Formats: sequence, C-alpha cells, structure tokens
Amino acid sequence: MTVQNSYWANQGPVEAVVIGASAGGVEALLTIFADLKPGFRLPIIVVLHLPDERRSQVAEVFARRLPVPVREAQDKQPIEPGTLYFAAPGYHLSIEHDHSFSLSQEERVHYSRPAIDYLFESAADVYQQRLAAVLLTGANQDGARGMSLVKELGGLTIIQDPDEAQVSTMPRAALDLCQPDCILPLRGIGRLLVELEHNACY
Amino acid sequence: MHRNTDIELRLLIEAIYLKYSYDFRDYSGASIKRRVNHALRQFDCNTISALQERILHDPTAFMQLLQFLTIPVSEMFRDPEHFLAIRQEVVPILKTYPSLKIWIAGCSTGEEVYSMAILLREEGLLDRTIIYATDINPRSLEKAKQGIFSLENIRAYTHNYQKAGGQRSFADYYTAAYDYAIFDKTLRENVTFADHSLATDSVFSETNLISCRNVLIYFNKNLQNRAFGLFEESLCHRGFLMLGSKETLDFSDYSKQFTSVLKQERIYRKL
Ligand SMILES: C[S@@+](CC[C@H](N)C(=O)[O-])C[C@H]1O[C@@H](n2cnc3c(N)ncnc32)[C@H](O)[C@@H]1O
Repeated sequence: MTVQNSYWANQGPVEAVVIGASAGGVEALLTIFADLKPGFRLPIIVVLHLPDERRSQVAEVFARRLPVPVREAQDKQPIEPGTLYFAAPGYHLSIEHDHSFSLSQEERVHYSRPAIDYLFESAADVYQQRLAAVLLTGANQDGARGMSLVKELGGLTIIQDPDEAQVSTMPRAALDLCQPDCILPLRGIGRLLVELEHNACY
Repeated sequence: MHRNTDIELRLLIEAIYLKYSYDFRDYSGASIKRRVNHALRQFDCNTISALQERILHDPTAFMQLLQFLTIPVSEMFRDPEHFLAIRQEVVPILKTYPSLKIWIAGCSTGEEVYSMAILLREEGLLDRTIIYATDINPRSLEKAKQGIFSLENIRAYTHNYQKAGGQRSFADYYTAAYDYAIFDKTLRENVTFADHSLATDSVFSETNLISCRNVLIYFNKNLQNRAFGLFEESLCHRGFLMLGSKETLDFSDYSKQFTSVLKQERIYRKL
C-alpha cells in the first residue's frame, strides 16, 4: 500500500468532493461517512451504481443515518455546502460552471447510467484543483477515465486500496490509468474527508 | 484563463448559430461538451476547430452533427405511471372541453405522439383534438411522420402500454411487417408535425395541454425559462403542462405561475 502524504504540500483548499462507487458501495460509503459531524460544510456528490434504474431509496437510507442533509441531486439545483447528494438512477449527473447540477440521458457508459466518469469529468472542469475525487469498490471500469482528468487538472485523487475493496475491479482499473495522490483503506478515506473540511475554502 | 477546447467549443456553437440558426448557446454545458467530443471521434477530427471547418463548408456534415447534438432517445408510454396519471387525473377534465389543442414539444421520433394519440382515442377524445408535434431535428420529425418503429422494442412498449392503463390489445394499433411495426395512420390524422425550436421560435397557437418531456434537462436555466415562458403564453387559463420525470418548475422564474397537480408525475396547471 502506498500513501503519499505530499498532497497537503501542494494541494490548496478544496471546494467539493465527488465520490464514485459500485458493487459493495453502500457499505463502503457508510464506513467513510461514519466520521461526518453535524456542520460539515463541504458538498459531497456521489454516483452509486444500483441494479435498479427506477426509483431509489438511497438518499432516504443515508439521511436516516447521517447528521448532514442528504438529497437526490435535481436538475438545475444549485449545489449547497454541507449537503450530501446522490445521483438519480437512470440519469447521468453533471456539474455545471454555475455550480448547479444537470441531468441527462445519453448512452450508458460501461453499462452504467449514472456514470462516474461523467460526474468526475464535469466536476474536474468546474473545480479543477479545488476538487477531491474518491473512487471506491466496484465490478466495472467506470471512474477510471474521470479520475485521470481530475488528476490532470490538479484535483486531489483518492482511490480505495483494492486489497481492501469488496470488489477490486474498479479501483484497479483506475490505478492502471492514473497514479492517484493517495491509496487508502475506507477508514483512512473517512478521516481524510474530515481533514479536507478543515482545509476547505468557503 | 480558458482552455483551448473551451474556446473552440464556444466558437463551434457560435458558428452553428450564425450559419444554420440552430442555437445551442444556452444548452447545459457538460452534456454538449461530451456530445461534441463524441462527434469528434465519429468524424475523425482531431480538434473541435477542424470539426468547425467541416460543418461550415458542408451542410450535410452539419446535419450529421445535429444527430449527435440532439438526443433522440424515446419510447412509447415512457414512464407508464405518467400516462396512467394523465388518464386518471387529467382526462376527466379534458372531457369537459368541446375541443382540444395539444402541443408535444421536442417530440423526437414520435413515440410520445403515438402514445398520446392512443390514449386519447381510448378515452374518446382523439376526434376533437388537434396535436402539434414539434422538434428541431428534421430527421426525427420525418421518422415521426412515418410512424414505423422497430419490432424489437414492441414487447417493452406493450408492457408500458398495459401499465399505463391501456384498455385493448396493443397489437390493435400496428401491423407487423418484417422487423417493423407500422402504426395505424388514423392515429396521426389530426397531428401536425412541425419544425419549431424552443430556443429561437415563438408561440404559434393557444393550447390546452403541453407535454415537453426530457427536453428541458438539456437546457441551462436561462433557456428553460425561455421555454417555460412560451408554455405560459401558449396555455389557456388552467391549461396543463407535463414535464419529464426529472424536470421541474421549482428552480425557474415561472414556479409561481403554475400549480402542481401531481408532483411525482410532473403534471402542472397554469394559474
Ligand atoms: C430525449 S428526446 C425526448 C423525446 C420525447 N419527448 C420523450 O420524452 O420520449 C429530446 C428531443 O428534444 C429535441 N430538442 C432539442 N432541442 C430542442 C429545441 N430547442 N426545441 C425543440 N426541441 C428540441 C431533440 O431534437 C430531441 O428530439
């Protein structure tokens, strides 16, 4: 396992966190969010692949367990600080330059809609080095391309340690394509989110 | 500082507007960018500037690019609960009107138009209804006029039709020929298909009901407001507005001019 701690040195404050997760994602997310405290002020935007593309209860499930507001991201909705957003099933989720969400129904990417790649790429475009991107467990290749762009545009890149991931395909695919700033187990990612908050820019 | 690709993208969109009068300037940026990048690969162009040169000098290349820029995906009785809600909550009110004008904006290849026509026929309303079905993509409109859909989707459509409260056998509405289902042409007797852009054109008629589904998510807030303005102007007092399942008036300038009848199904009425 490699953990590079250099990111604090050249990483300025972060304005938003994007997270991608697939198979095994619900448990992984609950673990990394366990340290979230009320008053956490960074927006966190999550694409979680779900088997069913119709209505989903994910936002409700997390809302019951977490001390921060949890919503399904809506089209044209401005991104609020301190809120955890989930992508709606069946639609791609993007971030626009005016810091609002947009939804779309283009083709699936790696059989997935929402696609982690699309969220990461659009977020990288908007926030550039003021973005942290986290890629977790999953059984496909989604997120790898997006992660590379986040890295290219100077954002902080974090990939779950594939040895610890419930399904390692997704983190491994991303590691094949880019060298992230940190490779961490879930607890480490949770702690890092809290640290990012202390260094956040508002 | 802008990156080269962002500059090129803006210039391309501007060139399309100046040359062909299609206005994509106020579409959601992230999705437009992806679709142009996708087109680059298909056109075998290395840069957006190269693509711009191509389409400026070759109208047929532009027509091809338009197929990438507009997202034509559709299905019959898409979101069956929505059509069921129309049947149960909206049709009883429509039945009190002596005649009806319906505008389906962004009708794409026509699946939504035929679905609406089938529903209206079963409710005994089709004969006194005029439907305006509009889109900016001439190829899609041409397909919509034909009413011929691939047979491989018919199973899914039949399922949707039943879930949407369909009262007959779905096969009554089409004849199968080879790999196609040819829809009953009497369904489109009162349908006018027309080229109309929510971005550049104005209102053409008063209407009782407007359905604009899965179009507005591709617009930015400004352009959504323009479209809602057109709908507000076109609808008669208490007219109905139907949106796609992830579209909402909530973040627009027009949220106060409409009331929501069924929030979940995105059915609104003009106040
Ligand atoms: C995803 S399809 C929706 C089809 C159908 N309404 C449905 O819900 O299944 C979107 C359609 O909007 C059309 N469109 C895009 N921009 C438009 C504009 N400015 N004015 C009218 N239609 C537009 C596209 O050409 C495309 O056919």
